[in-house]
Amino acid sequence: MRNILLIMLKETKTYFLSPMAYIVGAMFLGLTWLFFNTSIVPGDLNPITEANVRGYLDPTTLLFIIFAPLITMRLFSEEEKLGTLELLFTSPVKDIEIVIGKYFASAIILITLLLCTLFYVILIYLFSSPDLGPLLSAYLGIMLYGIATLGVGLFASSLSGNQIVSAVVGTVLLLLLSFIDSLGAMLEGLPSTVFNEMALNYHFEDFTKGVIDIGNIIYYLSIATLFLFFTTLNLQIRRWR
Amino acid sequence: MIELKNITKYYGNFPAVTDISFKIERGEIVGLLGPNGAGKSTTMKMITGYMPPTSGELTIDNYDIVQESIEARKKIGYLPETVPLYTDMTVYSYIEFMGKLRGINSKNIKSKVDNVIDICKLGDYRYSLISKLSKGYRQRVGIAQAIIHEPEVLILDEPTIGIDPNQVVETRQLIKNLSGEHTLVLSSHILPEVSTICERVLIINEGEIAASDTIENLSSIVSGTSKIEIDIIGSPQAVKKEIEKIDGVNSIDLWVNKSSNEYTTFSIESDISKDIRSEISKTIIHNDWDLLRLESMGMSLEDIFLRITTTE
Repeated sequence: MRNILLIMLKETKTYFLSPMAYIVGAMFLGLTWLFFNTSIVPGDLNPITEANVRGYLDPTTLLFIIFAPLITMRLFSEEEKLGTLELLFTSPVKDIEIVIGKYFASAIILITLLLCTLFYVILIYLFSSPDLGPLLSAYLGIMLYGIATLGVGLFASSLSGNQIVSAVVGTVLLLLLSFIDSLGAMLEGLPSTVFNEMALNYHFEDFTKGVIDIGNIIYYLSIATLFLFFTTLNLQIRRWR
Repeated sequence: MIELKNITKYYGNFPAVTDISFKIERGEIVGLLGPNGAGKSTTMKMITGYMPPTSGELTIDNYDIVQESIEARKKIGYLPETVPLYTDMTVYSYIEFMGKLRGINSKNIKSKVDNVIDICKLGDYRYSLISKLSKGYRQRVGIAQAIIHEPEVLILDEPTIGIDPNQVVETRQLIKNLSGEHTLVLSSHILPEVSTICERVLIINEGEIAASDTIENLSSIVSGTSKIEIDIIGSPQAVKKEIEKIDGVNSIDLWVNKSSNEYTTFSIESDISKDIRSEISKTIIHNDWDLLRLESMGMSLEDIFLRITTTE
């Protein structure tokens, strides 16, 4: 546990001391602002708008497909490039502690970004009285969605010493996982259900409607766990090669 | 302290290390010598727990490196050949991170980091970014992280490779000062370095142990001769005749260099017990030859290898 916290703090600190953090942050907040603007502010296209957070949180799920890999890409790629994995592997730290430490760091970064979007929530509250329930459940949903995508992104990072490759692989994996439900929509019966249940987007809908379903929570936690497991496995395979 | 039994390591189908066994007792200072690709780094990576052996048994203080990996790793301080560092951290924060990673708690960490920065003479660079440091200073940071937790075993893989000459001397002195408190395993292909620091030497060649002995014994096995090269402008045969007269000279090779001023290079082999350089200088002055260069050619590792393998 101590090692996990140590690695988590080091990675978080390194990230926030690099310009990457602020470029990513600015892009993320800029885009969410765009979504917020088009969905909440009445215009020609939508004369009457609802006071809820779906307007910017729904598209944010798509944003994570690129942003999660952007956050996680350096976590293992940089270690491989610098050769510092050798230091980690020869220190009294377990492989899984390394993975979880880095994962928690990426989660902190993501949560920080999401906290910044609370600004929009404040705006909504200033001008209307939205329902608290759907708001909270939507944020819970996006957070779960986020940590699942981070798991995939971290795994992608462990596959390559090149950050760009890691980011691209991560994005591709997430695209597959997100839109696999369109395959489900085309089919029927059991195959349809299987593909639907695998999709990241499919499980998000309920949260935005104010429904907190334990099945959906388990889904996101499982995806995160599965990919963290793959990451740890990858590290061990590398050692034994 | 460190024991290897029948250790073999394959990279795919390539046997990097084949059935090596040796023991290093607590407090010993051992040099691991071998040409590039011999298996030195592979052996060190196995000792430090970076990669597991394909077969065989390896224990550090009786902890098996595979089964009780974490316990074994606690005993080790390691500086890899590539000196990997987190270049976007400062010297202080890097050493602090590595110290904590190796088990030092928050109470003691500050004093230990300060202490090690002192020992490695990094005081001026305490808050410098590692990416801004020269190779020599990076090496020292690497040594700092290897010793901060006062490990019982210190493994240094080619610690002075690539450092400029001024800093090499300081680094060697640093390593020598460390040797008192730790079991030290040092790998190198620079013999003088090993001979000044190490008591015992393990020679690895093509994945096997070619020799394991103290330096004195190795030197006498190799039955040392000393080589000196001189560049002289003068009649080759006449010069050769004069030098042959010097006591202790065993053989002379020569080759003529046809450049702007035509000179001849003489490679003079003599008994290791006799330093013939002053005699050569006197002969040169006496005969009024033009001396362009006089150089002592150290006994290279290749020579030792050749000697060892041919005497067997």
